Amino acid sequence: MSRYVARRLAFLVITLLLTSLIVFVVTQWLPGDVARVILGREASEPALAALRAELGLDKPLPLQYLSWLGRFLTGDWGTSYSTGLPVRDLVLERAGNSTMLAGLTLLIAVPLSVFLGVVAGLKADKPLDATISIGSLAVVGLPEFVTGLILIEVLALRLHLFPANSSIRPGTGFFEALPQLVLPALTATFVLLAYVTRLTRAGVVEEMRQGYVRTATLKGLPRRTVVGRHVLRNALLPTITVLAISFGWLIGGLIVIENVFNYPGLGRLMTFAIDRRDLPLMQAITLLTVLVFALANLGADLLYAALNPRIRLE
Amino acid sequence: MTVNGYNISSMDGYTAGGGGSDPASLFSEERRRGLAAAFSRVGRALRELYARPASALGTTLVLVFFFMALFGPLIAPYSATEQIAGAARQAPSLQHLFGTDHLGRDVFSRVVLGARDILALAGLGTLLAVTIGTLVGMFSAYRGGWVDEISFRLFDSLLALPALLLALLLLGVVGPSRSSVLVVLVIVYVPIVARVVRSVVLSTKQKGFVEAARMQGESTASIVRRDIFPSVTPALTVEAALRFSYAIFLVASLGFLGVGVQPPNPDWGLMVSQARPYVSLTPWALYFPAIAIALLVIGVNLAADGLKRVLLPGRES
Amino acid sequence: MASFSNVLEIDGLTVSYRRGQKSLDAVRNVSFSIAAGQSYGLVGESGSGKSTLALAIMQYLPENGLVTGGTIRLGGQDLAALPREQMQQVWRDQIKLVPQDPGASLNPSLRIGDQLDEALCDGNEARDELRQRSLEQLRQVRIADPERVAASYPHQLSGGMQQRVLIAMALARQPSLLILDEPTTNLDVTTEAVILDLVRDLVHGQRTAILYVSHNLGVVASICDRVAVLYAGELVEDLTPQQLRRRPLHPYTLGLLDSVPRLGQRAGVDPLLPIAGTIARLDALPAGCVFAPRCPIAQQLCRDLRPELEETPEGGLVRCHRWREIAAGMVDARADRPAAVASQNGVSGAASALRTEALVKHFPVRRTLAEALRRTPARQVHAVDGVSLQIGQQRTLGLVGESGSGKTTAARCIVGLVERTGGQVTLFDIALAPGLDRRDAAVLRRLQMVFQNPEEALNPHRTVGDVLQRPLMRLMGLSAGEARQQAGELLEAVRLSSAYLDRTPGQLSGGEKQRVAIARAFASNPDVLILDESVSALDVSVQASILNLLTELQAEQGSAYLFISHDLAAVSYLADDIAVMYLGQVVETGSAEQMLHPPFHPYSEALLSAVPRIDAAGPERIRLPGDLPSAIDLPSGCRFHTRCPRLLGDICRTQEPPWQETAPGHRYRCHIAPDELTAMQVSSGEQNGWPRREMGEASR
Repeated sequence: MSRYVARRLAFLVITLLLTSLIVFVVTQWLPGDVARVILGREASEPALAALRAELGLDKPLPLQYLSWLGRFLTGDWGTSYSTGLPVRDLVLERAGNSTMLAGLTLLIAVPLSVFLGVVAGLKADKPLDATISIGSLAVVGLPEFVTGLILIEVLALRLHLFPANSSIRPGTGFFEALPQLVLPALTATFVLLAYVTRLTRAGVVEEMRQGYVRTATLKGLPRRTVVGRHVLRNALLPTITVLAISFGWLIGGLIVIENVFNYPGLGRLMTFAIDRRDLPLMQAITLLTVLVFALANLGADLLYAALNPRIRLE
Repeated sequence: MTVNGYNISSMDGYTAGGGGSDPASLFSEERRRGLAAAFSRVGRALRELYARPASALGTTLVLVFFFMALFGPLIAPYSATEQIAGAARQAPSLQHLFGTDHLGRDVFSRVVLGARDILALAGLGTLLAVTIGTLVGMFSAYRGGWVDEISFRLFDSLLALPALLLALLLLGVVGPSRSSVLVVLVIVYVPIVARVVRSVVLSTKQKGFVEAARMQGESTASIVRRDIFPSVTPALTVEAALRFSYAIFLVASLGFLGVGVQPPNPDWGLMVSQARPYVSLTPWALYFPAIAIALLVIGVNLAADGLKRVLLPGRES
Repeated sequence: MASFSNVLEIDGLTVSYRRGQKSLDAVRNVSFSIAAGQSYGLVGESGSGKSTLALAIMQYLPENGLVTGGTIRLGGQDLAALPREQMQQVWRDQIKLVPQDPGASLNPSLRIGDQLDEALCDGNEARDELRQRSLEQLRQVRIADPERVAASYPHQLSGGMQQRVLIAMALARQPSLLILDEPTTNLDVTTEAVILDLVRDLVHGQRTAILYVSHNLGVVASICDRVAVLYAGELVEDLTPQQLRRRPLHPYTLGLLDSVPRLGQRAGVDPLLPIAGTIARLDALPAGCVFAPRCPIAQQLCRDLRPELEETPEGGLVRCHRWREIAAGMVDARADRPAAVASQNGVSGAASALRTEALVKHFPVRRTLAEALRRTPARQVHAVDGVSLQIGQQRTLGLVGESGSGKTTAARCIVGLVERTGGQVTLFDIALAPGLDRRDAAVLRRLQMVFQNPEEALNPHRTVGDVLQRPLMRLMGLSAGEARQQAGELLEAVRLSSAYLDRTPGQLSGGEKQRVAIARAFASNPDVLILDESVSALDVSVQASILNLLTELQAEQGSAYLFISHDLAAVSYLADDIAVMYLGQVVETGSAEQMLHPPFHPYSEALLSAVPRIDAAGPERIRLPGDLPSAIDLPSGCRFHTRCPRLLGDICRTQEPPWQETAPGHRYRCHIAPDELTAMQVSSGEQNGWPRREMGEASR
């Protein structure tokens, strides 16, 4: 197990370094002269040179990367080009909002999708499974803005259950924001639901075919014991990994959803930054997201290992 | 026994430089057989797709959209960008099947013509990503060693970036346009395809028939082409179908966010976001493109699922 | 047929599988019964329906399987009529199954103890009491440290240990019927022998009825009171083991017996008599006797009319029109003897075709980053550790060892699929490069290999013609036309018609695929052919014909063989010389003749004694305790000392044993001198019935 944890941690560090390198290359090197991006086309050559020196752009690229990474790690995330505000404050406040939304989504989506997946898997190839499978297939690829618009139309505009617009003031707490959170969270739930349901179902079907299920059944155990004690224990293990992967989807989905519902989260900030070509803002959002995603993956891997005796006792 | 006999004759052939009779005709013969087989395979796949209602529905939807993409200009009564004078904000009617938007453009024409846009972009992106991903995955996995190690570390890192986020970051830097969306699709999907291909190659590589080919002194290129590629095709076809579905999803989402295809092109995602401010006035301008996206994606998904059942029977996930 | 004390009564049972619109009868009209305390063996090759039958009795058929006729009665109760809840009771208390794949049959994420408790539980015992009974149960299957095993997860146990646990589970509630479905098929021979002993002892004198399903006549004959032979879904013969040894009556049973090499049977002297053809397909069953198409004595009657099961005077049952003639000795129902193969084998001491010297292959174990930083030396898996072999021209060297012995890795190093870590490989007088990529076509042509798994041997997307043409064009430089012509001739050489040229592997049976793979290997007319477990995955009747084909091809082609197998009988059938491997080392080499007689290395002795035999069921046998040690942390001194039944003492634990030479060409690696070892082994060998030195026509 300790070997496994060590290996996972090493992977995490390597992955983060490589991703940060990718982000650096894309945002610092690809756009060409960052000084010109900031100062605009009409800037004078001395002004450009001064800014380059200030930003360290006159140094060799590897050095630039190291100092850029160093600054990010020490909490100096720079100043937003478009607003002139410190990037860190902007990003962290929005990150809080996104976390609330993601949290509510996971709270709804995980139990629901795992439940549906298990039911479909146990009833494999029966009408109930076909309904769940086709249903999830149908929504698995629907862009969030389509599902979001449908939900707004039905739940907000027709039934008036929840507000259609989710813009909240800065510093709003979770329970205060809850009514505004419901619709975006439901939309995000659809993204996860289909994916997690399908993979959970696959896991259950796969495990039901294993020899130990026969052994358990032929011990004369009632079916609910066979399923509850034997099958789920194994079938739900891979679901942990599935959830971690789907977390990445959720991040992508939230970018669109926040735009549909006008919700002030990181995703909305990202599109704002792109509109304004605000590179420091884009960098910070991307790096933070990658970090969270990577940690989620690590957490899932460790949990998986802890629950799986074949790895735990390695 | 006859096998003994060729010991001598074959040595003759050997010293004479081998090769033998007309390799070109053999090749074309092989190719002809291959083509015929390919056609019969497509036919059989279609028949099997139509054997199940869900995949039949999906396949039909996809075919309808492809038809629209091919013959869009013949179907659409108006151009995509024409702002018909005095016809803004009209509800659906016989004149304008899906109504007109706030600028007086015919929504039906825009939806029909938009099919070509999204299918071409997503299709081309998928094709490029699958081709590049296959090449990278096959050669890297077949060679193994540090080349494989490094390229897959890098791919893993790319995969650590959620696709949409990576796409946004790239588009934010290079600026939105059709070609940058295409590039983004390729960058986002190459690692995924390469991984799928790699895992199939790694398992095929150890099979007896590949090892036998190695022991016959076959070149790597020939083994990859003749022995490994055919084993990869079923998984690759299914993967391509899935990628296609995600590509449509991504193109539409990018359009909606305003960083993909730019106005006034009839991009469905873009149409949805442009119609949003006017949703109470012209809801049809919002819902028809949204429905088009939904139907296309559902169609591709159902067809892809059907393909998977046909090509990779027994595989659940 | 019904009798009072019968535990299981099966009458006219037919089991069908739905396949699309069709319904295939996998088991047809089978009747038999098993009395309390009786053990009944069911023997058949793949496709015989034996597993279907076992599952039908368990009422655990796959979803598309259905009992379409007949009854299954357990203690007088019709199982098919039971509702699921009552069947659960039957599963819990009365019928138990010991499956073929012990690893997959235990839940990977529950401790053994918990899984065992579950099988014992009545619902209201105290936990401690239950666990005590579980531990007791583990002790009964001769597990020395039940506490440790109960606390383990399945993956921490070896296959043999897992199978003991499953047996303990099955016997926990003293079932009235125990079904063993190929319980030792996936285990090594030495483990198999231990498990068989265990089963034999546990059921001896118990009231439990046993149904033992297997493909191996020897195993069944040594365990059961009665043996039934199943062919293509029908019971063709039912007899006692004594009758089986003395005089079976059905041509198929005879064919099976003649297909399995007995220990000491030699290809050149006493060839196997394989059954012709392949098993009938369920969707194309013959109108008459199901065995008629393959039967050497089939007549028109046999092809027209399905025979009934008839009772013989000795109390057996046989389904054959001509059994009376066979019983009276009026016809010989055995297959035609293959034309005697003139032995053109090289003589012992002939110049070597292939030689390895101190061949070494170590696989590094991956280190973690921290270990790499601390510069901990990478640990090695010592797969092959200094193996020197020599194959004479036109001779066959048999390489024997259990899984984990390194025999396959050694073969792969020789052909260059795996790059060796050290040592030399010499083909005639050419020193071979470690990697395949650096060997030229001339070397590739002269050294070829046939793999174990026929299912993966051929590219499923290419026709047989393509498969065979490739080496002919590449290595022999033939033109496409010549190659196709030659491919046809190759097919005929492996006894397939040239009509196979246009078939794809999907259309071939396992045996046919392996024939094509052999034809491919022979395409370049190799001087040395490596056969890595090339017959192990095949049914016995097919295996026999492939073994004979290999003998004939060798006589015709003059290739030398390296024949690798875990099956000592098959090796001694084909090989001129034998080498035995254990944990990466050769522990004994000698001629096939020498290897079958004392003195042998204690490991070879255990291998020999583990071979299940039809002809004799020796009481006292050499059994190996424990499991194969790890190839990473090798035992000190003699690598075999942890399991050696002839352990001397500390010297074995501390010092590497020397080679002992007993006769020219025969040597073994052990601390015990030849004289002492012979003395020990002759005394126990007498009870074991080692094959007699006189190799005359063995009695059947």
